Amino acid sequence: MAFSLPSLPYDYAALEPHVDATTMNIHHTKHHQTYVNNLNAALDKFPELKSVGIVDLNKAVNTDKIPADIKTVVRNNGGGHYNHSFFWKIMTNPSNTNGPMGDLKAAIEADFGSVDEMKTKFNAAAAGRFGSGWAWLGVDEAGKLHIESTPNQDNPLMSHLPDTKPLFPVLGLDVWEHAYYLKYQNRRPEYIAAFWNVVNWEQAAENFKAGKEHKVLLDGAPAPKM
Amino acid sequence: MALAMKAQASSLVAGQRRVRSTSGRRAVVTQAALELKAPPYKLDALEPHMSKQTLEFHWGKHHRTYVDNMNKQIAGTPLEGKSLEEIVVASWNNGTPSPVFNNAAQVWNHTFFWESMKPNGGGAPTGALADAIARDFGSFDKFKDEFKQAGLTQFGSGWAWLNADKAGKLSISKSPNAVNPVVEGKTPILTIDVWEHAYYIDVQNRRADFIQTFLDKLVSWDAVAARYAAATK
Repeated sequence: MAFSLPSLPYDYAALEPHVDATTMNIHHTKHHQTYVNNLNAALDKFPELKSVGIVDLNKAVNTDKIPADIKTVVRNNGGGHYNHSFFWKIMTNPSNTNGPMGDLKAAIEADFGSVDEMKTKFNAAAAGRFGSGWAWLGVDEAGKLHIESTPNQDNPLMSHLPDTKPLFPVLGLDVWEHAYYLKYQNRRPEYIAAFWNVVNWEQAAENFKAGKEHKVLLDGAPAPKM
Repeated sequence: MALAMKAQASSLVAGQRRVRSTSGRRAVVTQAALELKAPPYKLDALEPHMSKQTLEFHWGKHHRTYVDNMNKQIAGTPLEGKSLEEIVVASWNNGTPSPVFNNAAQVWNHTFFWESMKPNGGGAPTGALADAIARDFGSFDKFKDEFKQAGLTQFGSGWAWLNADKAGKLSISKSPNAVNPVVEGKTPILTIDVWEHAYYIDVQNRRADFIQTFLDKLVSWDAVAARYAAATK
């Protein structure tokens, strides 16, 4: 079965004023759709890979499970499809956001000192990623939280990339310019600061719980509309 | 490939920069920071093909920030007072770049980009350059296709380039982020910026439209031909 573009769990304007509706529309219907289309086109040549699932496909990046012919296309577009599917769900409209609670909050405080210190590190990773990429909060195999940034559409599932620290993603932020340029232009730090207003901490908590069990939740399936 | 300095000429003398001002009088300036060079046209002059708003951000913010950050990074270091090219090559450090490289190379790349365009640009090259394009790509249309493909397939941020070797042979290349052919030992004669900030205000995700407009309406073939002549001298 081919991969498909998941619906957003909210309307395009739901994240206003922090992420504008036009950006959400173009980001979802153009950029994410293109990753899905390119991935499907590449897998048409190797249809047995279509049933692998997006998470396992990402985990297989830079291994011989992916034919040499399509290794770069799968890395870029399989990465793009996972990253954006993950991203839509990790955000929610501002009135729904609180802050981390329970186990996730405790882990953040244990591993960073405080939520604010975690945000400071995350913000620095996001601002410091030169060119296109993502910033991540994730949990390692031992259950410890880390922050890292990855270039282009790489992500912490791609454990076989030499420069990637493998993590189970808890939070992620797209810092490709297409994610913020219409509203923020060059002012990436402003966009990063605004992101904290739309974080879906319930989803982050579920990601963290799954990650501690060495599971990755997202399978690229359509998300229900709220 | 002029540098981001307003004075006509300069020479380095024992840690100071002796600058000959445009009035002809000599002044001694200690360790002047490199300056942001303006494009050779007003910021609205490329309309409607590239908006004034794009230039205001792209030159006025992005390019300016690269200059400011580079100057901060090199202040008090041996790179201070060097030419931009020297800083780019030194910070590239044979493939293990220092943090200065991203800023210095982006300063160079953007000046090269502004100077690759002109108002009422586009059209086609003539003379020796046109002959070389026909010879090395088959036709001008095939060159445009290949250049466009390079720009489209540079995943993420980066640049597409037309380069010339000393014998006049042309080649197209692409590079990620701040990397440029200069550090790869090549001589570029044309570039297009395909970082999203170069086109997002005007055409959003439609990078192909941006590259097409650049080729059809913006390229300064005069500038490219002059660079070609200099490369093959």
